[in-house]
Amino acid sequence: MIMENLQSIQEKALKQIEEAGALDALNEVRVAILGKKGELTSVLKSMKDVSAEERPKIGAMVNEARDQIEKALEEAKQKMEAAALNERLKREKIDVTLPASKEPKGHRHPNTIALEELERIFIGMGYEVVEGPEIEKDYYNFEALNIPEGHPAKDEQDTFYINGDILLRTQTSGTQVHEMEKGRLPIKMISPGRVFRADEVDATHSPSFHQVEGLVIDKNISFSDLKGTLVEFARKLFGEDTKVKFRPHHFPFTEPSAEMDVSCFKCKGKGCRFCKGEGWIEILGCGMVHPHVLEMSGVDPHEYTGFAFGVGLERIALLKYEIDDMRLLYENDIRFLNQF
Amino acid sequence: METPLSWIKAFVPDLNCTDSEFADAMTLSGTKVEGYRRLDKNLENIVVGKILKIEKHPDADKLIVCQVDVGEKTTQIVTGAPNVKEGDLVPVVLDGGKVAGDHDGGNPENGVKIKAGKLRGIESNGMMCSIEELGSTRDIYPEAPEYGIYILPPDAPVGSDAIAFMGLDDTVFEYEITSNRVDCYSVMGIAREAAATFNLPFKYPDVKEAGNDEKTEDYISVEIKDRDLCSRYVARVVKDVKIGPSPDWMKKRLRASGIRPINNLVDITNYVMLEYGQPMHAFDYSTIADKKIIVKRAKDGDIFTTLDGVERKLDSEVLMICDGQKEVGIAGIMGGENSMITEDVKTVLFEAATFNGTNIRKSARRVGLRTDASGIFEKGLDANNALAAMQRACSLVEELGCGVVIGGKVDVYDSLPEPKRIPFEPDRINSYLGTDISREDMISYLKRVEVEYDASSKELVCPTFRQDLLGFADTSEEVARFFGYDKIPVTFPDDPECVGSLPFKLRVEELARNVAESFGFSQGFCYSFESPAVFDKLMLPADAPERKAITISNPLGVDFSIMRTLSLNGILTSLSTNFNRKNKDVRLYELGNIYIPESLPLEKLPDERMQLTFGFYGEGDFYTMKGVIEEFLLKAGMNKRPHYDPESGRPYLHPGRQADIIYENEKIGFIGQVHPLTCKAYDMAKAEVYVAVLDMPKITQKAVFDRKYSGIAKFPAVSRDISILVPKEVLEGSIEDMIIQRGGKILESCTLFDIYEGDQIVTSHKSMAFNIVFRNREKTLSDDEVNAAMKKILNGLSSMGIELRS
Repeated sequence: MIMENLQSIQEKALKQIEEAGALDALNEVRVAILGKKGELTSVLKSMKDVSAEERPKIGAMVNEARDQIEKALEEAKQKMEAAALNERLKREKIDVTLPASKEPKGHRHPNTIALEELERIFIGMGYEVVEGPEIEKDYYNFEALNIPEGHPAKDEQDTFYINGDILLRTQTSGTQVHEMEKGRLPIKMISPGRVFRADEVDATHSPSFHQVEGLVIDKNISFSDLKGTLVEFARKLFGEDTKVKFRPHHFPFTEPSAEMDVSCFKCKGKGCRFCKGEGWIEILGCGMVHPHVLEMSGVDPHEYTGFAFGVGLERIALLKYEIDDMRLLYENDIRFLNQF
Repeated sequence: METPLSWIKAFVPDLNCTDSEFADAMTLSGTKVEGYRRLDKNLENIVVGKILKIEKHPDADKLIVCQVDVGEKTTQIVTGAPNVKEGDLVPVVLDGGKVAGDHDGGNPENGVKIKAGKLRGIESNGMMCSIEELGSTRDIYPEAPEYGIYILPPDAPVGSDAIAFMGLDDTVFEYEITSNRVDCYSVMGIAREAAATFNLPFKYPDVKEAGNDEKTEDYISVEIKDRDLCSRYVARVVKDVKIGPSPDWMKKRLRASGIRPINNLVDITNYVMLEYGQPMHAFDYSTIADKKIIVKRAKDGDIFTTLDGVERKLDSEVLMICDGQKEVGIAGIMGGENSMITEDVKTVLFEAATFNGTNIRKSARRVGLRTDASGIFEKGLDANNALAAMQRACSLVEELGCGVVIGGKVDVYDSLPEPKRIPFEPDRINSYLGTDISREDMISYLKRVEVEYDASSKELVCPTFRQDLLGFADTSEEVARFFGYDKIPVTFPDDPECVGSLPFKLRVEELARNVAESFGFSQGFCYSFESPAVFDKLMLPADAPERKAITISNPLGVDFSIMRTLSLNGILTSLSTNFNRKNKDVRLYELGNIYIPESLPLEKLPDERMQLTFGFYGEGDFYTMKGVIEEFLLKAGMNKRPHYDPESGRPYLHPGRQADIIYENEKIGFIGQVHPLTCKAYDMAKAEVYVAVLDMPKITQKAVFDRKYSGIAKFPAVSRDISILVPKEVLEGSIEDMIIQRGGKILESCTLFDIYEGDQIVTSHKSMAFNIVFRNREKTLSDDEVNAAMKKILNGLSSMGIELRS
């Protein structure tokens, strides 16, 4: 009798579970069957009327029925929850092509981007970064660099003077002298900074621009070391397939001197409008530090040799980012800066 | 320097290469070719024609019909040119040929194709050419008519290639000559480099000893009074001068070098200047008083008329060429009108001298007259070259038959440059270059540029025209140039001691950039020099210390004449540019120096102080800017509380919206809204602009990048909110100060979360609410401890006239 009862409770329960449309309905089934006053619970309660021998068997059957119902309840619940979640996710669908919302960030000046790239390359090669004064003594800007009074190079550079002895530096090369005078050898440094020349502002000139000076002094530094270093620099800056050409040139403070050209990174050396059809672009000046310059700064040219180079930062920035007018660099129009 | 290749070949007869090979090789050996152009670019199928017959065009008044003998045939050409006549020899471009210039004086990139056709119904089988159509100008061909056909000289062979006949089958190379290579400002110098580059023999010009049996001394005496400015003066005299045109070969070379032929005498001086790099001058001997040349400084205030008819004001540093009575030329710059050569000159005095280059350069600048001659003299010439050039000129005078050269010369000098001797150190050169070049190869490279090896003294002997060869490094460069820079190996310095690094100052600047950009500020670059009017725009009083700025003695203009003492102008100018271009919500920052003199006039180098300057208009307010500053300070490890002193008294800022930024009792910068009048002065009256400036040397001093982990608090915090009634004039900062001071060690934070003025609050007061958090890192706080701390805080606040709101 109990057994039939159990059977019918179970069947009813499973049917109700199957028919339940929502979690509430399921809960009602649970309470009605398994609750304190539930049908199955009352079966258990009636166990006291069952004989001792039958009790374990009936007990097992009740438990079996409970497990079945609970399992069915759980399955139904999971199914409903999954359906509800799916429903919610469906509702929450968004248009992923709507515009992004951004925290507006500022942009770095192309000069700085170029400088940071240069610094990274040279720091990676073991260079220290040092700075020098922008308002400088004539001695450091000229005389100590083998440009004595009356030297044509002094005139060529169109110097801004404060007075006879103090000027706005026309090149970062003066930091070479400051570094050597410190008397700590070897030296391996780059020195970025602002320089000034009396050029009227136009698309390719600015009375104020930036250079990065480089200086290496040690025993046995050779022109081949200069070549190796700058070839590596050019490849890191413009790409591994960059070709490099050194042409003899003249700077008063280096001898031998050279200018370095790199193969045009736009046309890969074929010749285009960018490189004026030459396939090459002039990048920097360099050379072995003139023995007389070493001597003047207290370095014995018989024991030590060195090389130096100077890069025009704006030149690199203009080339690398294809900026066609130098004035843009000092206008600070946000529509320009935003492109970097 | 522009030179035709044909002239170089006169010195290097075996030179045989294409234009581009020549350009590349010269550039790689150190004579940089800036560019080159064929003189016959776009000139095709142009022959010498002879006009046999001219008839009027039947249907056009301004046209004529010519029968022209072009060698193999006679062809008919119609032209509108007014200057041709029967018998003239003219350049004729035949059907299918090309000319360089069009009728309007333009030079289209691919030239102008000429085809046979009909002009007003009459057949025309080509075109006779003007000098412009041949790609040149009347400047270089002065005999060409202003409008019309270029008439060839009578010896032009009919039917032959007119381009070759005119010497246009040539290439002109333009070189960049470096200032140390004075010798290369001459055809000979470049030719010598070409010979060395291609390892070919160099052939000196054929110079004959000119002169009759008279003596130059009988015609002229020379005295150099100012020997510091003139180291040599060579004079020679030519009599029975016959002025006339120069021969074609000379005209062609001059023209190709961009010099207009004038007459044989002038052409010779120009030719020798180009060839030897030694400017010469020719005086009309009849104007030279007392047969005397005196070289001496002018007197202050002298007025002298140069041969271009302009009066020049002189001073006592300008060197003059004088005769026995008067000044006849400005040395090295330009001759005088009073002694210039005219068409009917009979006797000519030639000068070839060596002047002090620096003096010439400075004089030319002061007198305001830079000439071809002064441009060369100012480089400082080899005194030995003066005589060589003079002898060449006199030899040419005889060769061209333009006069009788008087024998001998007057040559005044103290001493002449001797060849420089430099020890030959092949091993040192190899280690310097990183090469392994044999001694013999080195000697042979050097020999190519006339540097001889003296085996007995083991020295290199350098010719005097190579004033740049002074020591070991210079000889290394000569070896490197002809060995080839490209063949020098590629190695790296061996330096285990060197470690790359960015100094602390630059790391702080890098951080500043990162923080600024994270708040939407973009980096600007501004000039270091500006106008003194900036101080007025910033409304600085007359005695403001900022006005004590360093002045540039030779600025580009008053707008760039002083070195900035405060950084605001740059950022305000840039904001104004953006504002007036209608760019919205612009935020800029700049890292740049200001220059503070210790005293004026400047004796010591000024204090260069890096300034971090922020500026924006549009979205945001004072507190936005404050947030940027505080974030930066925090990231720089400056985690103490900055203070703001509203009494900063800066005239360019809003008087009620400005503050000095104080950190550890030191002023590190300022912040504020730009005064509306300053905004107006920057042409952005309608903008509300906020700025802040941090003095970076102070930041660098205080910044710390080291961080220490102090554990995450294990014990709970106790949070209390208070709502207080505050007299309006009490600053929020002072309330925070009080809470922090009274809160003691267990105070973790205090945060303002509400501020209110208006209804329900007495007008003299404002309502503020703070959240105060206490925590003991060692243990759980008891209510008593917190209550005690709160009591202290409230007592403190009450001493400031602040009450707890009920």
